Amino acid sequence: MLLRTGKEIASSEITPKETVRAFQMSRRSLLAGVGAVGAAAFAGRAFAETKHAAPLTKLTTVASAYTVPDRAITPEAKAQSYNNFYEFGEEKDDPEKNAWKMQTRPWTVKVEGLVAKPQTVDIDTIMKYRPIEQRVYRFRCVEAWSMVIPWDGYPLAEFLKAMEPLPSAKYVQFLTTTSGKGMTLPSGIEFPYSEGLRMDEAMHPLTLLTFGSYGETLANQQGAPIRVIVPWKYGFKSAKSIVKIRFVAKEPHTTWNDMAPDEYGFYSNVNPAVDHPRWSQAHERLLNSNSIFPKVVPTQPFNGYGSEVAGLYAGMDLRKNF
Amino acid sequence: MPGKAIPYLKAVVHVLCLLPLVFLLWSYRSGALAAQADPVNYITHFTGNWTLWLLLADLAITPVRRIRPSLAWMIRFRRMVGLYAFFYATLHLMTYVFLFSGYDVPGAMAGLEAGHLMEPWHQFVMILPTMVDDAEKRRFIQVGLLAWLCLLSLAVTSPQRVLRWMGGKNWQRLHRLIYVAAGAAVVHYWWLVKTGVRTPWKDTAVLAVLLLARVGYVVVKRMRGKRARVVVRA
Repeated sequence: MLLRTGKEIASSEITPKETVRAFQMSRRSLLAGVGAVGAAAFAGRAFAETKHAAPLTKLTTVASAYTVPDRAITPEAKAQSYNNFYEFGEEKDDPEKNAWKMQTRPWTVKVEGLVAKPQTVDIDTIMKYRPIEQRVYRFRCVEAWSMVIPWDGYPLAEFLKAMEPLPSAKYVQFLTTTSGKGMTLPSGIEFPYSEGLRMDEAMHPLTLLTFGSYGETLANQQGAPIRVIVPWKYGFKSAKSIVKIRFVAKEPHTTWNDMAPDEYGFYSNVNPAVDHPRWSQAHERLLNSNSIFPKVVPTQPFNGYGSEVAGLYAGMDLRKNF
Repeated sequence: MPGKAIPYLKAVVHVLCLLPLVFLLWSYRSGALAAQADPVNYITHFTGNWTLWLLLADLAITPVRRIRPSLAWMIRFRRMVGLYAFFYATLHLMTYVFLFSGYDVPGAMAGLEAGHLMEPWHQFVMILPTMVDDAEKRRFIQVGLLAWLCLLSLAVTSPQRVLRWMGGKNWQRLHRLIYVAAGAAVVHYWWLVKTGVRTPWKDTAVLAVLLLARVGYVVVKRMRGKRARVVVRA
């Protein structure tokens, strides 16, 4: 099922991002038209919004076996205009508006904790360490929507192994930068954003150290220049714009679990059987088309990656360890 | 404000209140709505926001007209703005039913075109358990539904004839439900956002100011009343 046959999604079926972008821009100018009185103010805003297209660099990628044959890829413009990146604001379109200001060079990642080779590594060194693969993954947000996104990176395990974690290291913690230009850091949330994985989850071949999407370097709102993607977990587990990787002995604290422990567990594996207290997780809105009528599809256990990852949780009560 | 201007002003207010809907339909036609990353989420927020804003605008009429007696004409717009709030609340509820809950709109339409007149109903029955489950389990849905029911009861009792039939006192008592609706709408908003997210604070602050203005008005009026009685007694 995961083998690429080369004919899953014809490129002609993917809406070009320029088309979607043009629509989005026309919506904005329409907004300006409605607010005739505030036209000047809106014009100023519209001007600021054209700056989004921070130049993304094409990546040289190698083919991978990971693909989602039964679902069309989400239009790139949608993936880059609908983000949860609370450092840049609380609304879905805030990250796109604010994150372009962030500088992603120079950028280093500090590796510390229970590791034989603690060090600070430059982003370009990390990117060159292994060939970058393009993998199409299902991406399921805890808010009951999902996308299908081609990510570019290599297995996190390869990088972690090179750091030589000590046997006492049982978990890996990821910390997101707090000093990105454009960050508003809303006061209700404690930053830096912290996420974590159990060592075996971090070392799983599906867990991707990610530098790009759609064949280009990540847009800032997607967590440039370096993030992880853990496709069988809700999106918030996949930390963005990482500046620190820490090997630890105990389960690290994680931001959303700190905020609402009854809503966001440490594991947060995609699980249709465990409702979020405020909505059902049995279904998801698949955001991969240009229709206003949503495609509501059943959510799969482990987001459809059960055959590969269910073994990690053998014997665990996933209702308790949600 | 001379009475003659009122009909023209009413026309203006109608247009203003319909602009958000026109904008939404326009976005639909132009394709801008479909180009939204998550159109359903967009429509949900759009209709929810406009409901709340119109409710707040409606609740602002009374305190503002109390500023000066010459603003008394404003009261004639209260029912109209309130009905528009109900209108957007209903669109919001319909968004939940037909777009959010998994209702298969294209399927229902195809059924209709093929002559199966019951197809829209069948689709509704199919998603009913999901909605009942939501209504039973989720307090933000419950409080939202409460707000809509309050607005519904105000909307059906809004015609002059019903007012006369009910009697002014009863009617006024019932229409105090606008405060329940506005409060419930704001709580609905707080309960649906994530912990730590404070986006509803602006609407909450406006509602607080509008309610405090009423309390302040009553207190000042009582104090003046007392003073007047003291003067009379002396």
